Amino acid sequence: MSVPYSKLPGWAEYGLIPLINLVVAFVVAGLVVLLVGESPLEAAILLVKGAFGSGEGIGFTLYYATNFIFSGLAVAVAFHCGLFNIGGEGQAYIGGLGVAIVALSFDSYLPWWVIFPLAIIGSALTGALWALIPAWLQAKRGSHIVITTIMFNFIAASLMVYLLVDVFKPAGQMAPETRVFAEGAQLPRLDWLLEMFGFTIRYAPFNISFLLALVAGVLVWLLIWRTKLGYEIRTMGHSPSAARYAGINQTRTIIITMMISGGLAGMMALNPIMGAQFRMQLDFVTGAGFVGIAVALMGRSHPVGIIPAAILFGMLYQGGAEIAFEMPNISRDMIVIIQGLVILFAGALEHLFRPTVINIFSRLSRSPGPDAATSAEGGR
Amino acid sequence: MDFFNAIILLLDSTIRLSVPLLFACLAGLYSERAGVFDIGLEGKMLAGAFAGAAAAAVYDSAWIGMLAAVSISIFFALVHGFASITHRGNQIVSGVAINFVAAGSTVILGQAWFRQGGRTPSLGTEERFNALNLPGAEALRDVPIIGQLYSELLSGHSLMVYLAFLMVPITWWALYRTRFGLRLRAVGENPGAVDTAGISVTWLRYRAVICCGALCGLAGTYLSVAQNAGFVKDMTAGKGFIALAALIFAKWRPVNAMLACLLFGFLDAAAIRLQGQPLPFIGKVPVQFMQALPYVLTVILLAGFIGKAIPPKAGGVPYVKER
Repeated sequence: MSVPYSKLPGWAEYGLIPLINLVVAFVVAGLVVLLVGESPLEAAILLVKGAFGSGEGIGFTLYYATNFIFSGLAVAVAFHCGLFNIGGEGQAYIGGLGVAIVALSFDSYLPWWVIFPLAIIGSALTGALWALIPAWLQAKRGSHIVITTIMFNFIAASLMVYLLVDVFKPAGQMAPETRVFAEGAQLPRLDWLLEMFGFTIRYAPFNISFLLALVAGVLVWLLIWRTKLGYEIRTMGHSPSAARYAGINQTRTIIITMMISGGLAGMMALNPIMGAQFRMQLDFVTGAGFVGIAVALMGRSHPVGIIPAAILFGMLYQGGAEIAFEMPNISRDMIVIIQGLVILFAGALEHLFRPTVINIFSRLSRSPGPDAATSAEGGR
Repeated sequence: MDFFNAIILLLDSTIRLSVPLLFACLAGLYSERAGVFDIGLEGKMLAGAFAGAAAAAVYDSAWIGMLAAVSISIFFALVHGFASITHRGNQIVSGVAINFVAAGSTVILGQAWFRQGGRTPSLGTEERFNALNLPGAEALRDVPIIGQLYSELLSGHSLMVYLAFLMVPITWWALYRTRFGLRLRAVGENPGAVDTAGISVTWLRYRAVICCGALCGLAGTYLSVAQNAGFVKDMTAGKGFIALAALIFAKWRPVNAMLACLLFGFLDAAAIRLQGQPLPFIGKVPVQFMQALPYVLTVILLAGFIGKAIPPKAGGVPYVKER
């Protein structure tokens, strides 16, 4: 690939440009709010108040963020290898299968601290297996991973409906969901964590899988930037032909990367199933797998970026529920729009403002001082 | 005769179900043959379906609905072009973004404008594309076999259905018999050569993307203004992706595309018809299995177990003019 644009200083590359892109995405989202006849400013205030105004709000925000950290990391790991895993949604859904099997088998015999590691393994394993087939097809048969992972999302949805309705549903129950788990498969809440800061979480299902998500973030960082496998993954992502010349086994790298990605997506299922609902329900993923794409793009595929991006989307989810309460014209679907706009401006149009910014920088470096005022128009 | 009737009914619904796939598949054909991958067919179709139904309901005219659907779909196609042609962004990321923006905005705007839970008001017969009877369909109805074939299978579809199948030869002609088509195919294989010949790669690709948008808009119009009487949330339900798979299966050729879409339409029709009915030798098949079948089949097809699909060489790669 040719290098189309010249370099920028690090803080502009990783701070300024993503920020400009994000601001533009939210400005366009604000226009949509305006279009349906509500005030964007009021909506923003409600959003922040709903997400961070109370201990319970913060608890919910971080609960949603937990999902998005997992799905964001999943997409990011695949991105580093040059693969676009759109199948996070399906992998997380199937990951729920691993969680449910472990929980339903052991919940009345074992304490949570034994079941939790087992469920982590179960969810990661099932999620990874769901990613294995598209990975194998990509590596061996050259079928495009984007299409196959999308197909696997639909197949996962059908499979889970079948399993929930015909296999997991206890006799005599109407709702297609598993029975409620006993105490052994219920993860402890992190009320103490927020109490340290003087908040009470009340009913928010903010639980220990949040800490697991943070640990996963550290592990992903170690994997990608501090191991041989990570180096191979990044080499593949930058240039598959260079990787081939370097003697990297491409099939192996693609399959392992996708299985790690699927495993991370699968682990997302721990949070809603064992941390909040204590049972597996239909459609428990609710789009969190797709949010991961926006989160990974916003966080530039780095855990340090992904965690704040996930919290931002957690805020949108929680605060969005609050807005829907006050403004009947705005529902949860608003978040889908914002998600799309973030993907558009932080992903596909990431170079939109780059020439302008580069211009300003080069002008600044040529004649420092008087021209600085023009940089104020940098936004557009 | 009962069996024959059942077959006719099955084929009839095959045609109905393959029309949106066909429009979307041909849409993708223009874009991908020009070297712009488009995963946003789904989103453009959905936006088109919403705009079509909304405009048809407000202005009491199916034609205005169609116009609105095509316009909004072209708008989204231009956004895709702006990101992936002008700004050399990742084409897949841009398509995904369009899918999400369409999925969210159709519901939000639908709720804000019509307050029916994201639906548009249901359209009356005047505001839809209705069934057309081909000449002689009534007269031939009682003739055995031929009558059935002609008046049940071929006659009695809406204008949009005939338009969809008419688009196949038109696309073939445009692609293989016109200067525009030659250049379009060239720009998908070797944009450098096209550029050297003094033809604008950007403008060519933009034209391809506009064709794609227009056809996606027609697919959406068919869904909400012809097949159904109004828009419901997420009514495309993955058809855009199936169309994409059909396109790959068809190896980016118009006539193959029609056959692939008919195959996927047939699967869908069979799934609906066989729901809850026991099959010989296998017994009762779960509904969910039949619903998943088109996707499973797509994966098998994509795996290249049935022929190898080679995409346009420059597909997915933004063109950078050497300086």
